[in-house]
Amino acid sequence: MSRYDETRIGELLRRLPPAPEGWVRAAQELPLARLGLDELVRRAEADAEFRSRLIADLEAALRDEGVEPDPQLVEALRRRFQA
Amino acid sequence: MPSELTDAALVARCRAGDPAAWHELVERFSRYVYAISIQAFRLPHHDAEDVFQEVFARAYQRLDKLRDDEAIRPWLGQLTRRLCIDRLRAAARETPAEDIEPAGADETIAELDEAFAVREALREAPEHCREVLDRFFCKDESYATIGAALDLPAGTIASRISRCLAGLRKVLEGKKPAPSAV
Repeated sequence: MSRYDETRIGELLRRLPPAPEGWVRAAQELPLARLGLDELVRRAEADAEFRSRLIADLEAALRDEGVEPDPQLVEALRRRFQA
Repeated sequence: MPSELTDAALVARCRAGDPAAWHELVERFSRYVYAISIQAFRLPHHDAEDVFQEVFARAYQRLDKLRDDEAIRPWLGQLTRRLCIDRLRAAARETPAEDIEPAGADETIAELDEAFAVREALREAPEHCREVLDRFFCKDESYATIGAALDLPAGTIASRISRCLAGLRKVLEGKKPAPSAV
């Protein structure tokens, strides 16, 4: 790839700007949506008290909602709420 | 922070249900999918968003049908292309199918394939180079903005960009061209 001088590399880097953040986040949350938890995420975003409860003890909050907190789900949600 | 996982390893982890891997897969390919819909097919913003979500939804559902895990990028590229054409066809039903694809779409996708290869090489660069090059070239930030964000004098940003580009060129030398989605 010696055909790439610095100018060409710069041109090519410019061709891939970031996708809008909201699009990326929505796609990243597909596993949550698949588990039917997108509604839970929306509630947490709209309800500060519920969100605080989730962050304080995610596993317990999920159990309160009738959701079994398997480790992958907990990790996905933790990642979401840390973002 | 991008991981050192190969595309194949990342796909394998996604297939095993690792949510962090899926998070990274979307991050790794989001710019590519976005660029195809906007640059090659010139979709309006709302159509591009629909295509973007549909590409990743189908990828998530069909990851187990991917025959070669290393081929995830061309697979996503072809999927994006098909969905863009579907979208254009739906918007202009009276137009003959052969006229649906915008002129130069193949060339643009080939250029984006090259751009993705450069971006992959950037993953091998030091963190300070990744950040400054991404901010300057991809996010179109000024020297002053980058300097403020990184707590560096704006005057040193140009020299850092120059050094990092030279380093990236070295990384690129010897790499094989990436397979195309065209």
